Amino acid sequence: MQFDQLYQEIILEHYKRPHGRGLREPFGGEAHHVNPTCGDEVTIRVAVDGDKLADVSYEGMGCSISQASASVLHDLLATLPVDQALKVHDAFVELMQGRGQVEPDEELLGDGVAFSGVARYPARVKCALLPWMAFKDAAVRAGVTVGPEVKA
Amino acid sequence: MTSLAIPSTFDVAALRADFPILGREVNGHPLVYLDSANTSQKPRQVLDVMRAHHERHNGNVSRSVHTLGTEATLAYEGAREKVAAFINAPAASEVVFGKNSTEAINLLAYAFSNASVTPGSDPRFRLGPGDEVVISEMEHHSNIVPWQLLCERTGATLRWFPVTDEGRLDESALDDLVNERTKLVSIVHMSNILGTINDPARIVARAHQVGALVMLDCSQSVPHLPVDVQALGADFIAFTGHKMLGPTGVGVLWGRAELLEAMPPVFGGGSMIETVTMEKSTFAPAPARFEAGTPPIVEAIGLGAAIDYLTDIGMAAVQAHEQEITAYALEVLSSVPTLRIFGPTTPEGRGGTISFALEGIHPHDVGQVLDDEGVEVRVGHHCARPVCVRYGVPATTRASFYVYTTTEEVDALVRGLERVRKVFG
Repeated sequence: MQFDQLYQEIILEHYKRPHGRGLREPFGGEAHHVNPTCGDEVTIRVAVDGDKLADVSYEGMGCSISQASASVLHDLLATLPVDQALKVHDAFVELMQGRGQVEPDEELLGDGVAFSGVARYPARVKCALLPWMAFKDAAVRAGVTVGPEVKA
Repeated sequence: MTSLAIPSTFDVAALRADFPILGREVNGHPLVYLDSANTSQKPRQVLDVMRAHHERHNGNVSRSVHTLGTEATLAYEGAREKVAAFINAPAASEVVFGKNSTEAINLLAYAFSNASVTPGSDPRFRLGPGDEVVISEMEHHSNIVPWQLLCERTGATLRWFPVTDEGRLDESALDDLVNERTKLVSIVHMSNILGTINDPARIVARAHQVGALVMLDCSQSVPHLPVDVQALGADFIAFTGHKMLGPTGVGVLWGRAELLEAMPPVFGGGSMIETVTMEKSTFAPAPARFEAGTPPIVEAIGLGAAIDYLTDIGMAAVQAHEQEITAYALEVLSSVPTLRIFGPTTPEGRGGTISFALEGIHPHDVGQVLDDEGVEVRVGHHCARPVCVRYGVPATTRASFYVYTTTEEVDALVRGLERVRKVFG
């Protein structure tokens, strides 16, 4: 049962057919994050236009969880107002760090709720968070002011 | 798939009954433990000896006149003798206990470091600009990073043997790599990721010809095949207890007596001294000189019990069993579509550690699906990232076998891989 919650169909779909993949110009900030235990990698670019995001593009290689997470991140954040994007970011991080105890807000997280099962697998939480941590760094480099550091 | 039960020289089913953990379930399936290169399971005989020591004989070693201290010292030193006999060391005093292989390798690296800044130290341990340390591309990080750090501290140069496409050590440039500037060669005896067993004979001969010392990382070989330090001809070897049915927390640096005597101390503290004044200290002979502070007493005794267990089976029989399992696994894995093996694809000159990739499926996902079937493998770069880079993959899936592994467990692995391909195909 738990296993099916980990690899939900939505995650496998995003993994096999990722949305918005590929690094694009122009961008205001870029970050490359690596998971040293497994070698998963992701590069995220953030383009900001005034107080909203103009694009979030990415490239990466790694497990289904990390790569599907990047695809979902793109879907959710790519054109959101900056403050709204950060709200979604924080909600996703909170969900991942909640050990399966956090009830996800589907309106806010969309396909991101499919990752709630991942939170029960401590070894995989870092996979899901990899693109989100890279996004935050890239956003800062693009001039976005973000809250206190959240550790993966 | 037809399962060919190959007879072993010992009764694997009976032996498995000694390992309580092998009776448990994981995710509703019988445990299939294929991660012994990471850490091995422990037989009841080892656990019983450790429990009995804590319950009946616990005292500190080498410093008590009382009965418990004497019993503990006898047991601890007895473990040292067992280790020495196990690797055919000429004397028990050549066995230095530490925390693990990593600490053993670092101990040697820091001995070089200390000698390099100490006037009058033995020139064999002195390093400086122009000197060279030689390792290989198939090393575990623990036999790479300490030497990188040592070279940074001393100004010496780090060089390495490449690895061939087949997963063998490429010795074609041996005479260039190991030359009159070389002070130390440190290579792995059996690769923890490729499974390759290296024959160090030519390298040892060349190193000694040019006056260099040789260290062998035997973390994966001592647990799985007969290792005779005198036959190997190396100057130092390192290995760890927890990969050979013993507990975590104890490892071994073996060194030739004459070299240990010439080596400066690394950790200072109790037990390693001869005389201490407020200005200066003199040091105990080896091995005590390298065992500052209270050592891993019960862990060493547990390692001694593990050696008794392995010796009862016989290391030749252990190796033969793993060869059978490995040959079987190589054969059935090669029938899995899109599966690529890294390292030797035939059982000759390799041990029971098999790394592989399923095309287009990340090892983390492979490992997760297998775990759901109760099959425990390791995924990742196995602390040997340069090997992954060499073969152009970020990570691999690794199945590793031991004395308790059965062909049925290999079959369970193959069934699990079929499910992996269904989920991600």
